[in-house]
Amino acid sequence: MSVVTEVSPDGHKLTISIKGRFDFGRHQEFRESYERLHKKPDSIVVDLKEATYLDSSALGMLLLLRDHAGGDQSDIRVVNSSSDVKKILAISNFDKLFDIS
Amino acid sequence: MQSSSEPLTVLIAEDSAADRLLLSTIVRRQGHHVLTAADGAEAVDVYLEQRPHLVLMDAMMPVMDGFEAAQKIKQLAGDQLVPIIFLTSLTESEALARCLEAGGDDFLAKPYNQVILTAKIKAMDRLRRLQATVVEQRDQIARHHDYLLNEQRVAKAVFDKIAHSGCLSAPNIRYLQSPYALFNGDLLLAAFNPAGDMHILLGDFTGHGLPAAVGAMPLAEVFYGMTAKGYGLAQILREMNAKLKRILPVDMFCCATLLCLSFQRCTVEIWNGGMPDGYLHDSLSGVRTPLPARHLPLGVLTPQLFDDRTEVHPMSLGDRVFLLSDGVIETSDRDDQPFGVERLQQVFSANREPDRLFEDIQQALLDFRGEARDDFSMVEVRLVAPTQLNPPPPVYSDSGQSSPLDWSVSFEFRAQTLKRFNPMPYLLQLLLEVHGLRAQSGALYSVMSELYSNALDHGVLGLDSSLKRDAAGFARYYRERNTRLDELSDGYVRVHLHVSPNGEGGRLAIEVEDSGEGFDVARVLARPVDSDRLSGRGVSLVRQLSHQASWSDDGRSARVEFFWEALA
Repeated sequence: MSVVTEVSPDGHKLTISIKGRFDFGRHQEFRESYERLHKKPDSIVVDLKEATYLDSSALGMLLLLRDHAGGDQSDIRVVNSSSDVKKILAISNFDKLFDIS
Repeated sequence: MQSSSEPLTVLIAEDSAADRLLLSTIVRRQGHHVLTAADGAEAVDVYLEQRPHLVLMDAMMPVMDGFEAAQKIKQLAGDQLVPIIFLTSLTESEALARCLEAGGDDFLAKPYNQVILTAKIKAMDRLRRLQATVVEQRDQIARHHDYLLNEQRVAKAVFDKIAHSGCLSAPNIRYLQSPYALFNGDLLLAAFNPAGDMHILLGDFTGHGLPAAVGAMPLAEVFYGMTAKGYGLAQILREMNAKLKRILPVDMFCCATLLCLSFQRCTVEIWNGGMPDGYLHDSLSGVRTPLPARHLPLGVLTPQLFDDRTEVHPMSLGDRVFLLSDGVIETSDRDDQPFGVERLQQVFSANREPDRLFEDIQQALLDFRGEARDDFSMVEVRLVAPTQLNPPPPVYSDSGQSSPLDWSVSFEFRAQTLKRFNPMPYLLQLLLEVHGLRAQSGALYSVMSELYSNALDHGVLGLDSSLKRDAAGFARYYRERNTRLDELSDGYVRVHLHVSPNGEGGRLAIEVEDSGEGFDVARVLARPVDSDRLSGRGVSLVRQLSHQASWSDDGRSARVEFFWEALA
């Protein structure tokens, strides 16, 4: 599995970890990772520690997640981004939409 | 005994009547339908007429032997697999091999073993079905492929018309776009506004293929429509963003750089949302100033949150702006390492002939990757003297019979309006109803824009144009302008237009008043017109392009006139 999902015991926090390339090939898995939950989590963490690459369709997927989580009211953190991934997120100015570290 | 598979039509070609009967009985008992032939020629005829699924073929027959008949049938069958099982009493390996070489798929030695025959028919039927499935899928893929290619061809023809109805062929623009870059979501547009300024957009939609290209249509429409009407970048950007946000799915957006190159003011105004750094290349010092993305791409934010703030940089004749798509810096080598910005900058520093920059970059990409890529766009635009460009005259569709010739109108634009709204395109549209003014629409638009921005910047906002004496001051000026505009709570700009007949032609008087402090008219007008100075270009431009330019009320009110002769 290249998309691993973990929900905190109290159900408030969802962590989605991506392994390998984060591109269009992950589309289905990524969407299922949050759409199949019965209860909407309060906050979402996208862990990119093991993501090697991220393309523009991954940015689109992050927007879908944000939309699903309530758009401007959503609380999404993108953590453990490598410097290459951070560069891509910075060019797109996605730090204006997500808390990126 | 009968398998779950459907019954087959089996042709038995055998010259011995006894063997024919025996085989027919066995095969019929399997539930198959049987056809028979007594020699090779008859077998070919029966095949042609009835197209059996499978053939049991005796090798040695009169008239035409099994080998020749097998070859003919295989030829007639084309892509379809019609398994041929040779019936043979031959035992030498050479003869058996000949059966297969003639197109046979298997052989069965005489005397016939019922169990083996049944098993072979089943095995051959499996092969036959597999082949049929493969052929069907291949044909389906081929049909889809043709269909897609044709769609792409048609779409490309349509998009090429859209992308090239602008001024990409202007002498100061160079661009390199791989032929199918559009289908990787890249879009390059260029057009002149009524003042002769050039707008350029380099965009990159998320995703690939047709979905990415679909968004190009509305974007191009907004770009050309609003540029031709004289809208500024901020308004064009707001419209593009709102339109894309409305029509695109959530996960699709368009990274874009939009710029306005003003040949009269020698400035470039730029907005970059999500594109790689562009570069402003100073031709004298060779310094390249990055033009980084300050904004989210188009189509992400709601109209309420969209940020249309642009940056303005001074330019000198010969300076260039270079933009590129991420296809360039994301080109990766065999180890998945991206080409990257550092390597691009190395190409910049090694570049000796500015006109060969694209070729140098392409060569560097080729050396890096080992093969060319098909999804990148680069564009370079040079600041040249306005006289080197020939913006096409605007096309008007009305007959000119209803031109209004004697009227006045006055507007007052107050603080809340001044913050977000540029009324000039509307006023220009209104004035261009007067046909006599159409020939000078460029000058008219330039003068009106200058008068309006002078009234707003120096009058209402109280900005000092001497700030713009160098590049750093230039940046400071526009930062300060944004801040003051945000904080603006009162003030006004009034515009009065008077159109009256004058002999056979007519006359337009424009007055622009503002609520500011005014300025020392005599001192400003006494300054020499100096094309190298960055500040104060507005006033000299107005005096060059219009008649009777005068300032009153301590500089708070400006008045100019335009004349036209009788129309032919």
